[in-house]
Order: sequence, then structure tokens, then C-alpha cells
Amino acid sequence: MAQAYTIPETASRKSAGYALIWLLLFCGFNACAGTGKIIATAGLLQIEGSGGGGVVPWATLTGYDSRSQTSATAYATRLSVDDFRLNSFGAALSFYDRVEISLARLNLDVKPLNTNIAQTVAGAKIRLYGDVVYSAWPQVSAGIQYKHLQDSHIASSLGVLHTSGTDWYLAATRVHLGMVAGYNLVWNATIRYTDANQLGLLGFGNQQGHNRKLVGEGSAAVLLSDHLAIGIEYRQRPDNLAIGESAIRDVFVTYIPSKLFNITMAWVDLGSVAGLDDQQGIYLSLGGQLW
Amino acid sequence: MVKPGLTLLLTGLLLACSAMPQQSETVYQQVGGLSGIYTITDRFISRIEQEPRILKFFKGSDVARFRTHFAQHLCVETGGPCEYQGESMQVVHQGMNISESDFNLTVELLINAMQDAGVPYTTRNKILAELAPMRASMLYR
Repeated sequence: MAQAYTIPETASRKSAGYALIWLLLFCGFNACAGTGKIIATAGLLQIEGSGGGGVVPWATLTGYDSRSQTSATAYATRLSVDDFRLNSFGAALSFYDRVEISLARLNLDVKPLNTNIAQTVAGAKIRLYGDVVYSAWPQVSAGIQYKHLQDSHIASSLGVLHTSGTDWYLAATRVHLGMVAGYNLVWNATIRYTDANQLGLLGFGNQQGHNRKLVGEGSAAVLLSDHLAIGIEYRQRPDNLAIGESAIRDVFVTYIPSKLFNITMAWVDLGSVAGLDDQQGIYLSLGGQLW
Repeated sequence: MVKPGLTLLLTGLLLACSAMPQQSETVYQQVGGLSGIYTITDRFISRIEQEPRILKFFKGSDVARFRTHFAQHLCVETGGPCEYQGESMQVVHQGMNISESDFNLTVELLINAMQDAGVPYTTRNKILAELAPMRASMLYR
């Protein structure tokens, strides 16, 4: 085996050129693209663009990069419930499995009013401790999501003063290898400090101004194979406007054929949205790693 | 309407649990004993041979010795009746400066090797769970 050691000359001149460019831009001396995690342990991009589950940001950084790697990921999500349709798309960069930055755009169609609300979310996250698979304690990360509302007419009509706001969160995530009858179990718990009404689509706080509260979020999933995960999520929300804003709950199935691509379908219960009760529907998300 | 979904999920989990093999069967037995251990080991070695980034760590090393010690180690970790006669993980990996991505790539090679050897997904996970705590003694030494 030792005698067989050679470095194969496979890379073409062109791809070597591209490789050099991003190496210079993003990578250290001995770096390469994100390949360094067990498949299906990297998580997805959640609806506000941060690495996580469908609606909850996790402690995991998006992409399969490890300590000497970077990765870039992108996603597109559609959430259709009875009276609303939310389209969300965005991208994230992860550096050395330590820092993640993300940018997302949310577009909400309000069917009864025949109108549209758009919001931009810029996110950043830092891994504070641990490895989701290997450390003794769960991986812990802290993050922010700065949200800016483009179309504030509905928020204004509700008396909301602020069209920008910042969510702060602390997340803990753990993969337990082989824990449930040999299947891998993933859980996540997130505490968020926020005053966003309906993710911020209805502005921030209320007539009195910012009114941030701590809310709890959680996810649990079982990996049925290297490529299939099923799970549940729960996300508490503040009810600043006293319009009965309730928790988000969902049940999801994610198919991960390769590290480059994932697709998630979920049944989502948004509860009451802007006074319209019982908003349930289908969540469909496509995501992938660019490098 | 989430309730039926949740119920379905929990029912699925319960079924998965009730279908689990008797606890008396060790992972060692699940992979088919010593011959299974050696099949995994040999597939692992051939996977390493195809991966220059990992193969470089074996430059000048004795493959037969690695084969014996890896199989012994795997046998012990899976609950088999073996004795590990090699040196500690710290000593073995001293001076190699194995990076996190090297390590994770090697884990992937091992997963592929176990797939090649026909080890079921749930058994693979249990083996990885046994080996995972070794990582700290192998990285950046």
C-alpha cells in the first residue's frame, strides 16, 4: 500500500484556476471545500436563511465545512397555507465551521388583501463550543438575525412603530449516533430574544415600541438512513400585537441524496396569522451546497 | 392537523424500538464476528488505498500490522472477545498532525467500507458511536 502512494494528476488546468481563485479568497494554506462532516449532520437552511431546520436556527453551521474548510449554501422555500403564501430564498457562507453569514429574502403574499410584503434578513452566527457529533456536550452557537421590512403598510396599519429589528439567539444541537434502535437522533434547542411579529413581516414590537421577549424553539429528528430524515419542529413567537400569534409547529421529511442537494417537505401549522385562524399547509424547500 | 402527523411519527418510533434486536446480541455478533470484522478492515484498507489525502499518512507504514491492530481494536470496541495489542491512539497518531477534515474524511471511508461489507445502517451507527470518543486522541498530534 505504501508503495502505491502517488498523487494523481486529475485536475484540469481550468478547474485548477478556479480552485486557486477561491483558495485565495477564502481558504487557508491547506484548505479545501466543505466535505468534512458525516452526511445529513450539517442541517439545512431555515426560513430566515440561517443554518438549521425548517423554521428553527440550529447550533450547526450550514454546509459540510470543517476546521480548515469553507462552504457556500443556497436554498429556496415555499410555504403555502390557507390565506398566505411565503416564498423565501437566500444563501449562506460558512468559514472554518466557526462563523456563518447569511442573507435571505422573504416575500409574503397575503391572499385576502391581494397584497405582498417583502423582508430582508441578514444573519450571522458563531460556534461557541463543541461539535455536533463528537464533543462531550452539545454544540452551542450564538447568532443574530437583522431584519428589515420593505413594505410596512400593513405593519403601520397595526400601529407598529419599527420596521427593522434584530433577533438574538442561542442554540444547542446534538447528534446521538445510533441512539434510537441504532438510528441517529438529532435534537436542537434554541432560545431567541425577539420582538418580531410574524417573523418580522408585520414589523417589530407594537405601539409602545420594541418589546423583546425570550421565546423557545426546538427540533427533533431521526435519520432513517444516510439520506432520509424525519422530524418535528416547534417555534414559540411573541404576541406583541395581541392578535393571538401562536407557535409554529411542523412535521418534516428531508431527503438528502448527496451533500450537494437536499429537499424537505413539511406539514406546517402556523396557528393564527394576522387574526386569521388555523393557518395550515405545505412547506417545500430545496437546498444545496455550492462548494 | 399536526396531531395525526405527530402520532404517526411517535408510532413509527415505537415500532422501530419494538423491532430492535435483542440487547443480548453485541455489535460484534451483528457484523458476523471476527470474519465480519476482517471484511470491514480489508474494505477500509482498500478505500484508504484509493484516497491520496489519507493514504499519505500510511507512507512507510506496515499494512499487515495496521490490519491486525485495526481489526483487534474494532473487535474490542464492538464487544468481541479480542485483546488490543497495539499502542494507544495518542502514540499511534503522534506527529501525524491529523486535521479535522482528514479525520472526517477517514470516517467517511470507514462508513463506505462498512457499506461495502454489507453492514446495515443501524449497526454502522452503533460502531461509529463506539469509535467517536477516540477522535480527541487522534487530532492535531
